[in-house]
Amino acid sequence: MFHAAAASAAWLVLIVLGMAALSMLWGGLPALRRFGFGFIFSTDWNPVTRQFGAGVAIYGTLVSSAIAMLLAVPVSFGIAVFLTEVAPARVRPVVAAAIELLAGVPSIIYGMWGLFVFVPVMSDTIEPWLTSSLGALPLVGPLFSGPPLGIGMLTAGIILGIMIIPFISSVMRDVFMLVPPQLREASFALGATRWEVVRKVVLPYTRTAVVGGVFLGLGRALGETMAVTFVLGNAHDFSLSLLMPGNSISAAIANEFTEADSDLYLSALIALGFLLFVVTFIVLAAAKLMLLRLARRDGRTS
Amino acid sequence: MSVAVPAAHAPGLIRRRKIVNLIGLTFAACATLFGLFWLVWILGTTLYFGFSALSPKLFTQMTPAPGASGGLLNALFGSAVMIVIGVVTGTPVGVMAGTWLAEYRHGTPIAGIIRFVNDILLSAPSIVIGLFVYELVVRTSGHFSGYAGGIALALILLPVVVRTSDETLRLIPVSLREATLALGAPRWRMVTAILWPAARTGITTGILLAVARISGETAPLLFTALNNQYWTANPANPMANIPVVIFQYALSPYEDWHSLAWAGALIMTLLVLTTSVLARAALKGKR
Repeated sequence: MFHAAAASAAWLVLIVLGMAALSMLWGGLPALRRFGFGFIFSTDWNPVTRQFGAGVAIYGTLVSSAIAMLLAVPVSFGIAVFLTEVAPARVRPVVAAAIELLAGVPSIIYGMWGLFVFVPVMSDTIEPWLTSSLGALPLVGPLFSGPPLGIGMLTAGIILGIMIIPFISSVMRDVFMLVPPQLREASFALGATRWEVVRKVVLPYTRTAVVGGVFLGLGRALGETMAVTFVLGNAHDFSLSLLMPGNSISAAIANEFTEADSDLYLSALIALGFLLFVVTFIVLAAAKLMLLRLARRDGRTS
Repeated sequence: MSVAVPAAHAPGLIRRRKIVNLIGLTFAACATLFGLFWLVWILGTTLYFGFSALSPKLFTQMTPAPGASGGLLNALFGSAVMIVIGVVTGTPVGVMAGTWLAEYRHGTPIAGIIRFVNDILLSAPSIVIGLFVYELVVRTSGHFSGYAGGIALALILLPVVVRTSDETLRLIPVSLREATLALGAPRWRMVTAILWPAARTGITTGILLAVARISGETAPLLFTALNNQYWTANPANPMANIPVVIFQYALSPYEDWHSLAWAGALIMTLLVLTTSVLARAALKGKR
């Protein structure tokens, strides 16, 4: 009896994931069938004419996550290095706890702070500066042109980046601590500087797991909803500029789900959710596999 | 590992290596300051706007119509109800699943697969869980409800509890299990009378962390519990809750609503952070 109850509880975990995927595929099927592969690439999203293409939302999800990764990866790496190599032993737990606090802040707080505090800063100072300094350049210029609204892809990307810093840095710190002390001490004994130990001993040893941590952060960034919904602007027009309002898969769902007035509209939003689910599943599975590799190697050698 | 030892005698090279080292470590310190800077800014803002919006009315009045004054009583109550539903339904399933993984199927492929899937659920986008519960509960029952919100929260809590119970149970020494079984106790007695009490702190910590997590979740409640401007104690109705109220009020054009949103944000943030700090402290105290 007890065994059976425990077993069914565990299977439930598996079933939930399977059912979540299936139910969303089922719900999204009418839209996917109606628009076919064009659903993914079309940038035409018009509830009035019942035309739904996910292009703008997918583009927004990818671009805002890319900005977030550009910001979060180097900073997280720096924090992990600081916590494992630089900070005095007494400072480490305090700083680590503070960074973990950042991970505990609910995502809607990031969104609200973004809307009321960060957006004005972006539109008053940062974006005019970006437009005047980078806007005239060839190639990257179009990315930074347009009116400084404050709301847009760049702001969303930065807030997402701040959000995922604690996730990536805590994974990196954990795997850095897995490096056998003998390796580290041996290179110090050879006269290596701290930075050389990080670059030439710690990083090569933990490379796969570090990438795994980065993917974990990417998985978070792709699916994050509340932090970006506030500051993206829910625009369905494609725009190359990072300063213009955009959209993302999760923001589109959050903004429009309760307003969807036709079955096809609802189905298109659920299909968006299905796409998001598939993409994050792949990213998170890859992250997990990469992290497992280090754990396995660690188990073998010790 | 090509640390150039012989050439290190050249003074120029040493100086360059030292400078690179200094730059690298300075970068690490600046990155940490950068991270802490946002923490201080975000928390500072929330505390400042939150405390200036705090008043006793929050806890005695319902959420107002635009332009009227009011509080957050129904939203606070709704949030509490849904969190309780989530904990009451999610925790037993999570602990049982963790027990099965750690005690009955440890080391088998299926345990590996379920752990893998569980870890993915742990970081899966919460909006997807909301859509799933919408399809599962709201569409079949025909209306938004507090129950649906509670179920969505339970599904977010579940993987956290599964993982912590699994991990804590595996830390218990084998000798304890062998001693119990040698006394003739059946396996379920061993689990309930010996292992669960031994793993109590770890499992409680997991539940607390999960509660902290679900208390701040907004996306899964948007299309399950929805919102309700009025008082309801019946979870079969759509229910107001703090996160969705914050979402709607913050995006509204009304000053009064903004300040209510900040008050809600403050209450929620303090609750979430205190719970998670307490949970972590309990875990550290045990180690």
